[in-house]
Amino acid sequence: MNHDPYYWGRPSDEVYGQYNYNIANAKNVEQHNQNNSNFPKMNTQQPIITGTSVISSKFKNGIIIAADNVGSYGSLMRFNNIERLIKVGSQTIVGISGDISDLQYIQRILDELEIQQEVYDNDGGDFLIAPNVHEYLSRVMYNRRSNMNPLWNSIIVAGFDSEKKPFLRYVDLLGVTYHASTIATGFGSHLAIPLLRNLIPENKDYINVNEEQAKKVIEDSMRVLFYRDARSGEVYSYAVIRLNEETGKIEFEFNKKTKVEDQKWRFAKDIRGYGSTQH
Amino acid sequence: MKSTNIYLTSIGTGYDLSNSVFSPDGRNFQVEYAMKAVENGGTSIGIKCKDGIVLACEKIINSKLLVPGKNKRIQTVDRHLGVVYSGLLPDGRHFVNRCREESQSFKSIFKIPIPVPNLLDRIGLYVQNYTCYNSVRPFGIVGIIGGIDDNGSHLYMVEPSGSFWGYSGAATGKGRQIAKSELEKLKFDDLNIKDAIKQAARIISLAHEDNKDKDYELEISWCSKEFTNGKHEFIPIELLEEAKKFAEEDEGDEDEDEEEGEGEGEGEGEDTEMN
Repeated sequence: MNHDPYYWGRPSDEVYGQYNYNIANAKNVEQHNQNNSNFPKMNTQQPIITGTSVISSKFKNGIIIAADNVGSYGSLMRFNNIERLIKVGSQTIVGISGDISDLQYIQRILDELEIQQEVYDNDGGDFLIAPNVHEYLSRVMYNRRSNMNPLWNSIIVAGFDSEKKPFLRYVDLLGVTYHASTIATGFGSHLAIPLLRNLIPENKDYINVNEEQAKKVIEDSMRVLFYRDARSGEVYSYAVIRLNEETGKIEFEFNKKTKVEDQKWRFAKDIRGYGSTQH
Repeated sequence: MKSTNIYLTSIGTGYDLSNSVFSPDGRNFQVEYAMKAVENGGTSIGIKCKDGIVLACEKIINSKLLVPGKNKRIQTVDRHLGVVYSGLLPDGRHFVNRCREESQSFKSIFKIPIPVPNLLDRIGLYVQNYTCYNSVRPFGIVGIIGGIDDNGSHLYMVEPSGSFWGYSGAATGKGRQIAKSELEKLKFDDLNIKDAIKQAARIISLAHEDNKDKDYELEISWCSKEFTNGKHEFIPIELLEEAKKFAEEDEGDEDEDEEEGEGEGEGEGEDTEMN
């Protein structure tokens, strides 16, 4: 075994002779011979600038989704002005956590999708709706992971389906997708989901919940996340998409620069461990 | 074909048969013939005013079975860019697709929407290329491209030769002579976009006079900072109706004023199926 870091794990040349790339009919033989490097091609191994949780919930006639504006570099709060909710078409929102540069890439391909589907002549055809956007993103994510080059994100797509029912669905860097009435990514899946499930215990129960209730739990969840998730921020954006049952129209409300309200930090003095000097 | 004396220098000399070959007096006949194809097409116009641009076209209805309000002729290239053209429709479709590719490619490199003059640099080059090779023919369209970018509103017209010019008011197609003389009367400096829409409807309706035996549908689109947020869109149905009414009333007035009033006779050629 060769213990040089660049050749680690390779049979040593003295014993076995030089490694022959043609053995496995590898596609990258040419490349190796050309730049004379034995170092393999490497794709993204970890995210760099990251965004933390996105949380979302259905309610009777709509959905609500929230994400804060922080971009972290490791544990450093590197940016506090990153918008992680992206509006696609007229009635869909995409919330993205994970790598911010991949988020920006996704933002661009979604913009291209929007131009192709909505701006170019749409002679009375269908417009982009949330299931379309989700299917598209899940194909992109799965393709990237199959090429061993994933987009390092967890994504929530929120909007309405073709029957004007609330639609909420998840897709992540592995191409895994699922649907639920309450979805959260990252830390939110540990801290916010229990709160959201108090309100909506099972998927079908969202029809018993109105907008105010859902909004309150989302606000509470954002507060809990700000308390306990060290990568979260105080300022967040949230979007509400609701079906106005009187007019039959879909209303879109996008609120930016919302602050976490009602903070009470008295609990903090009782925190033990995690580097705290209290005993 | 028409009487030979019109084409004295081209017919029979051989210089008109092939693209990319000059005649001894320095003309490229294939490009000129492409222009002829355009001259038979339905009229298209563009108006640039201080707060935006308006595109309009006279869409000839070839069959009563065509669905009213569908089969749009004005197309959108990017959010801020619209195109209308006269001539061979499939050539126009290809032209628009190329415009879209160019603006997408610009955006993928520079991450900003393509400025209108940049698009025309690229598309002019592309159209010109179709005059240089034997294996292709020039575009049988004249395209009017309008849009808004950081430097304000722009209106351009691209010809089959690949040359393009910036205009305040542009017209092409069968009724272009009438349309041009009407456009020349407009005061572009203090024309606002809502008036421009009405004028567009009026001009298209006047330009249709020579082609009255065929029905047409009026299409108008606009691009305005104030009303469409810089986006290129078809005008709302109320505005279209208002503009049509304006055009109709104006036509009524003119009939009273001058009984004979005929424009330059351009439309006498054989009826082709082009529009």
